Amino acid sequence: MFRSGSDGMGTMPQAADNTIAIAIRNLAARFGEREILHDINLEILQGETFVILGGSGCGKSTLLRMIVGLQKPTQGQIWINGLNITQLSEDEFNELRKKIGMAFQNSALFNSMTVGENVALSLREHTDLEDSTIQIMTRIKLEQVGLSGCDPLMPSQLSGGMRKRAGIARALAMDPEILLFDEPSAGLDPIIAAGIDELILRLKQAFRMTIVLVTHELASAFLLADRIAMLDKGAILFVGTPDEFRACTIPRVRQFLERRADQESQDVEQYLKSLTREATTPGSRM
Amino acid sequence: MHQLFALIGRGSIILAEYVGGISKMTYACTYWILVAPLRGKGFRWYASLRQMVVVGFNAVPIVSLISCFIGVIVALQGAYSLRAFGALNYVVNMVAVIITRELGPLLTAIIVIGRSGSSFAAEIGTMKVGEEVDALETMGLNPVRFLVVPRYVAMLVMLPCLTTVADTAGILGGASFAMVSLGWSMQNYLLRTVDALVMRDIVSGLIKSLVFAVIITKIGCYEGFSVQGGAEGVGRSTTASVVKSIFSVIAADMVFTAIFYYGTEG
Repeated sequence: MFRSGSDGMGTMPQAADNTIAIAIRNLAARFGEREILHDINLEILQGETFVILGGSGCGKSTLLRMIVGLQKPTQGQIWINGLNITQLSEDEFNELRKKIGMAFQNSALFNSMTVGENVALSLREHTDLEDSTIQIMTRIKLEQVGLSGCDPLMPSQLSGGMRKRAGIARALAMDPEILLFDEPSAGLDPIIAAGIDELILRLKQAFRMTIVLVTHELASAFLLADRIAMLDKGAILFVGTPDEFRACTIPRVRQFLERRADQESQDVEQYLKSLTREATTPGSRM
Repeated sequence: MHQLFALIGRGSIILAEYVGGISKMTYACTYWILVAPLRGKGFRWYASLRQMVVVGFNAVPIVSLISCFIGVIVALQGAYSLRAFGALNYVVNMVAVIITRELGPLLTAIIVIGRSGSSFAAEIGTMKVGEEVDALETMGLNPVRFLVVPRYVAMLVMLPCLTTVADTAGILGGASFAMVSLGWSMQNYLLRTVDALVMRDIVSGLIKSLVFAVIITKIGCYEGFSVQGGAEGVGRSTTASVVKSIFSVIAADMVFTAIFYYGTEG
């Protein structure tokens, strides 16, 4: 399906039909002597909902942060819409970021601004639209996430679920081509979490944007995913459709699907080792 | 001996990283204030004005009050020493010179460190912990432009203004002592103050206040961006910002006082 091309900045992976939204090549991330991500290779297609599953501390949020440029990989490349983000200048990357929306685990709303100001911020900073137009667009975005009339409220006046929705509205403000979700249902009760899942499903059906969702909730993954990748100890263990994931016989995947606990370890060093892997030759990958 | 060298080496690396980080932030601030507006990237005037109110206008009462008290204290201590020489009249000169050259800028800076430098670290630190700084970056908004530049501009404008307020209040504090204890009139005291001061006294104080403004903003904001962990990390950085700012302001004050002293000696 994929072939290689060159743009002068390295080898750019391309799908035969040019539909790759995000391509990750030989990505590794290391903090000290611990390798958080190891040789990650992924292609996320345009318009698909790609769910990255994995246990706590397996590196899935780190991977998402690297896709949006909040952390730099130790080695490897990330291509978004055909651009190698590891080699873009700050201005070029900021231009690309206008096409990417990100909903954070804790919503990350600006607490000194109203909900409306939070949603309108990107539009005010990146467009020349008139204030009245921005206000209308803000109301539309809030309506899309079920928060009509909440624009004058401060984030502290919202419940957890409402904050998540407001965070999603802010991520949608610039009509992004790619929408990233970091644990959208974390910290929410099952009913509110189901509401957030339904909202993401509605957005997926309405806008057909590329969605990358990081979670450890199996129910959310099966409901939303076109494809699932499972991350374990910083490496990709499985990539496939939800049905293939259900039928997967890899022991670690089975353990995850059947919610079987690991043997408990009291040793901190041992616990860290179980989450990540030790870099084989520190410094050799720099 | 081996351990001593290791300690010195480690300390030097930490210091170099700290200075490097602050220099990088200063470079980014300079770009966003001077270069970016010429390239059509708007300057955040409203945010800067709002910071000016918080940093400057809201600090006027406390700065005035403390400076007035310090003016009285300097006058009292001066009178105690000068009386022995029969030179009580020179209390005016002493208050005017000490307040404008030294205590006005220094006290204002220390009050502003407590009020604003610490809040810069706490605000930005809390935003960092709450992923708000990350959110800005993912929206393609530069955190330095968004968070540091308004505070920097506000501090550069308002600290010299507050220093002028402190100078005035300190001199009025000295005047109140002269009126009560020496029976001088306010007019007489102020005329003598004008005679005692030269423009260099006031300007040197204002130059110091500009340097202090740079130090307070940079350390406060840098400590905010350096926060790691949760609430405890914010507390640690806030404390560090106050301690490092006070130390740096006093060290810079000593250097600039020496420069002004030796520079004007000849």
